[in-house]
Amino acid sequence: MASIHVENVGKIYSGGVRAVSDINLSIADGEFIVLVGPSGCGKSTLLRMVAGLETISEGTVSIDGGVVNDKEPADRDIAMVFQNYALYPHMTVRQNLEYGLKNRGTPRPEIDARVAEAARMLEIAQYLDRKPRALSGGQRQRVAMGRAIVRKPAAFLFDEPLSNLDAKLRVSMRGEIKRLQRRLGTTSIYVTHDQLEAMTLADRLVVLDGGRIEQIGAPLEVYHEPASTFVASFIGSPAMNLMEGELHGDRLAVGPSILNLAGYAPTSGPVTVGVRAEDLRLATSAQESFLLRVEYVEELGSQRLVHGMVGDQPLTVALPLEEALQEEMKLTVEPRRLHFFSRETGKRLTMPGSEPVRSRQVMGAVA
Amino acid sequence: MVENRPLLDFLTHLVLITGVAIVAFPVYVAFIASTHGTGAFVSGVMPLLPGTHMVENYSMMWNEGLTSAGAPPLWVMMFNSLWMALIIAVGKIAISITSAYAIVYFRFPFRVLAFWMIFITLMLPVEVRILPTFKVVADLGMLNSYAGLTLPLIASATATFLFRQFFLTVPEEIMEAARVDGAGPLKFFRDILLPLSRTNIAALFVILFIYGWVQYLWPLLITTDSNFYTIVMGIKRLAASADAEPLWHYAMAAVMMAMLPPVLVVIFMQRLFVKGLVETEK
Amino acid sequence: MQTKRTIFSNKRLPYLLLAPQLVITLVFFIWPALQAVKSSFEREDPFGFKTTFIWFENYTRILQDAAYLNSLGNTAVFAVSVTVLSMGLSLLLAVCVNRVMRPGRIYTTLLVWPYAVAPVVVGILWWFMFNPSIGFIPYILRGFGISWNHRIDGNQAMLLIILAASWKQISYNFLFFLAGLQSVPNSLTEAAAIDGAGPFKRFWTIVFPLLSPTTFFLLIININYAMFDTFGIIDATTSGGPAQATNTLVYKVYADGFVGLNLGSSSAQSVILMLIVIVLTVVQFRYVERRVQY
Repeated sequence: MASIHVENVGKIYSGGVRAVSDINLSIADGEFIVLVGPSGCGKSTLLRMVAGLETISEGTVSIDGGVVNDKEPADRDIAMVFQNYALYPHMTVRQNLEYGLKNRGTPRPEIDARVAEAARMLEIAQYLDRKPRALSGGQRQRVAMGRAIVRKPAAFLFDEPLSNLDAKLRVSMRGEIKRLQRRLGTTSIYVTHDQLEAMTLADRLVVLDGGRIEQIGAPLEVYHEPASTFVASFIGSPAMNLMEGELHGDRLAVGPSILNLAGYAPTSGPVTVGVRAEDLRLATSAQESFLLRVEYVEELGSQRLVHGMVGDQPLTVALPLEEALQEEMKLTVEPRRLHFFSRETGKRLTMPGSEPVRSRQVMGAVA
Repeated sequence: MVENRPLLDFLTHLVLITGVAIVAFPVYVAFIASTHGTGAFVSGVMPLLPGTHMVENYSMMWNEGLTSAGAPPLWVMMFNSLWMALIIAVGKIAISITSAYAIVYFRFPFRVLAFWMIFITLMLPVEVRILPTFKVVADLGMLNSYAGLTLPLIASATATFLFRQFFLTVPEEIMEAARVDGAGPLKFFRDILLPLSRTNIAALFVILFIYGWVQYLWPLLITTDSNFYTIVMGIKRLAASADAEPLWHYAMAAVMMAMLPPVLVVIFMQRLFVKGLVETEK
Repeated sequence: MQTKRTIFSNKRLPYLLLAPQLVITLVFFIWPALQAVKSSFEREDPFGFKTTFIWFENYTRILQDAAYLNSLGNTAVFAVSVTVLSMGLSLLLAVCVNRVMRPGRIYTTLLVWPYAVAPVVVGILWWFMFNPSIGFIPYILRGFGISWNHRIDGNQAMLLIILAASWKQISYNFLFFLAGLQSVPNSLTEAAAIDGAGPFKRFWTIVFPLLSPTTFFLLIININYAMFDTFGIIDATTSGGPAQATNTLVYKVYADGFVGLNLGSSSAQSVILMLIVIVLTVVQFRYVERRVQY
């Protein structure tokens, strides 16, 4: 078990391409951190720098208090689970699990005990003498986890471990990873591009874009108070509606529609307005509202997603099944459910006087 | 696909059987000759049905050879050929797999230069630079030795390319997982990469064994001591003298025995042979 | 040039791993090749005491030498004939094997083994079959009123080495054509069949065009084979005779160097051959690169 500290870390490839810049991240002992972002955002590079598979161009990574920049992966006391499992195809499952322990000179009885324990925990005992080729994707995934577990490392590093599985298996393996990590209490860093996976697994999320951290925070914090338009559109499904609007005192204009904000306007002038699909309600005829021209409807069973246009901007709203559908619908939203972002920087705008998200995020990072 | 054309099917088989016959005929003729006694060739045309002297001819060649043609017993030459083919095959594989490993899994100064130097060997078949190579081997005092027979044939660009191609297809994560598991470069090579290359090594071995066995010009130049004669070059001497005095039955017995080992390798390891052939030429 | 994204950081180990291959390449390939280039610009006096640097004189002399131009012509006739004959027969056999499905494996086995027969042994086999005094084929030919004696008739000698060299190469071409045919997607021939094309039309309009990469590749390989790998065949059947009628470029390098002991001329011929090989190799690799993009 260990804490991990990433300080001012950057990665520049030999061609001069900058993949990661100025990353600061403190991971507490036993914490489950998920790095999430679109492909090319630098999340895997960051993980691989912690693992020792990429050299660190700038800054330091320390594991359990000691700087590990110049240590071989094997000497960092970490274990890694790869996207394509990376099982040694010519070895049996048992040999795969044993290999790392043997290389470290672990005594035979200890090896046997640890393999047996991991096999029991992961329910792969009956496959121990098979070759990886004879296993299904899910079973291979368990073996890959097993290979990490037997090592009893200071930290687990997961590099998109579930993306090669089919959707159903992914959900069940997700639960299993969470359960195992809770039980073992091992510090974990988990990389994924799937925001749902990130939300469900993480103690804290690190949202990355363009090699920089956009936001760090607990899943719900990130969901409810996205620090930027990027986070707002990346986290949550359907993505948060983002529209161009104009604040005039207490009033918000989006296209032809006007809403009264009852004191919730953080600034004035042009802004990007964000609103989650589930926060929109049908308006009574007396209320101020957005006028939605409906274009098409997605039935999800428990609710329906109605897609349409407000003025010339797209908007999606989640409505209960009871509500009757019409060609044009009037929608409203509680002002405190609205998110405002700067048009120029995309950063969140907060109410003057209220606690800014930015500072909470920094506190979170230190916690 | 449903297609019923009996005439075409018949023609197909006819072509194939003719083809197989054409391919087999020269060897059949040689085999028949090897089963007759001396008298069979005096008549002016050789027989087309087997004779009765097969065991006699073969055991004679195997045990004693033809001293009149300056050819030692076949078992000596067969042993030399086997030895040469094995050294060449194993040697080529060993030096190619390590150099491919260096080129793919390391980055170091002059890497590209080293790659091109190996590539050049592909462009210089031994027949083309025969005289200067002979001089180098002679200057090194390697005439009439296994080293002289094999070393100049051992550098192999094709095998290096094959292993390089194969290593590039091994998933990156395998090596990364091994490093996380505490394997250094030599351990990774021995524990992971070598076992993964098994099929490629076997396929290449088949091709290279044949390559080594069928060498003719090089052994012809390098060996003057009959203890180092290989079967393939020895046969040429036999055949030349067989024409002078009718010893066809002996010469053809030797031909049959010289063909047998590599042909058996192709027939019984056909799958590996095809894989080796098709992949080394890519 | 490509490596793995993660690499081992050792500094000395890669050189150790490369050393055996590089040492052998240097000593037995690059050094002799440079020697050949050097002596191709020199003349050795008849007693080997003294060498003079003579620029391109060896080359100009070769290129004006009727014997050399004759062997150049022989090589061209030989290479083209072997390539066409062997590839034609192989394609026919491969198409047939590809048609018969199940027994195809047996036919394949029966067709590929000549690959393992040494060229010089191939030469002996054919030489024996065509032996003017006791050979089977001359006997048959006599029945048709044709007198076969490749020891006298240069054209017959050329025909003999063409037949022998083509026979050996059938197995190789056959395997590559078969592999090429098997990689033609079934859906294409099926689509053509639905469009009403019969077996012959399907072959010439669909399958053969798709085989063109294989055909081109084999073309290069066969020319290479006929030029450089047939030394044993020629040595065992005709030894370049009669009257130089089957003397090819490679055979002449050997004959001039080891039998005639004309170092300068042999070296110049070696250098010309190396240039030919380099051109063929470059063509082949450009083709491989192109094929990778498919």
